[in-house]
Amino acid sequence: MDSSDLEKGRARATTSQVTVLYFARLREALGRDAEDLALPADVRTAGALRDLLRNRGGVWETELAAAKPVRIAVNQSMANVNTAIGAGDEIAFFPPVTGG
Amino acid sequence: MSIRVQTEDFEVGAELAAMRGDRAIGAIACFVGLVRDVNDGSAVAELTLEHYPGMTEKALEDIVSQAKERWDIMDVRVIHRVGTLHPTDQIVFVAVAGAHRGEAFAACEFVMDYLKTQAPFWKKEQTPGGERWVDARASDDAAAQRWHAHEAS
Repeated sequence: MDSSDLEKGRARATTSQVTVLYFARLREALGRDAEDLALPADVRTAGALRDLLRNRGGVWETELAAAKPVRIAVNQSMANVNTAIGAGDEIAFFPPVTGG
Repeated sequence: MSIRVQTEDFEVGAELAAMRGDRAIGAIACFVGLVRDVNDGSAVAELTLEHYPGMTEKALEDIVSQAKERWDIMDVRVIHRVGTLHPTDQIVFVAVAGAHRGEAFAACEFVMDYLKTQAPFWKKEQTPGGERWVDARASDDAAAQRWHAHEAS
């Protein structure tokens, strides 16, 4: 492996691959509970990711509409639209919680 | 501190007995939540609880840590059930042990209020009209919010 291969390897490792999870009403409406996604370079916050997903149209547009009370967690901590996201992160979208 | 998320039922007496070793403990306050048979005007035959494994435990640990920072308490136990439950079933258990009842009562209520708004659990009900996801209540947000007001004062 020469140095250019090493460079490519590093580039792959830093590709912004994230895991996105969906729960409860959102999981059912979107028809999936998880997916792996390569983040476009300009998607750096949880809010930008929500916009990206909403742009898929159809049920994504309806369920992730700005008016919908969607909660976000980044790496299993409550987050908000301004929370930074990057390679390897686990980002979850779900409705307001109703336990207890 | 003990935090459990489980499908099985729990025995309140056994949980409280397990908290009694420390001779400095003078009070244990305890809350048990049950499944009701009516919610928002509809009969509820069955309740299914979904959660976010990993984050749920982390969120509950964080809530308990906050309670321990705010009050001089010695032990906290939280049990939350997931899966399918029926009316009269136990769903959640929170117990707080402290030297005196004041801290124990307050911390117990704080943990429940925060659990309701911060821990990733979702309820789905089976009613005569079909399945429905339970909507979050503004009153639960208000209950959690009042602890912030205390902090500010």
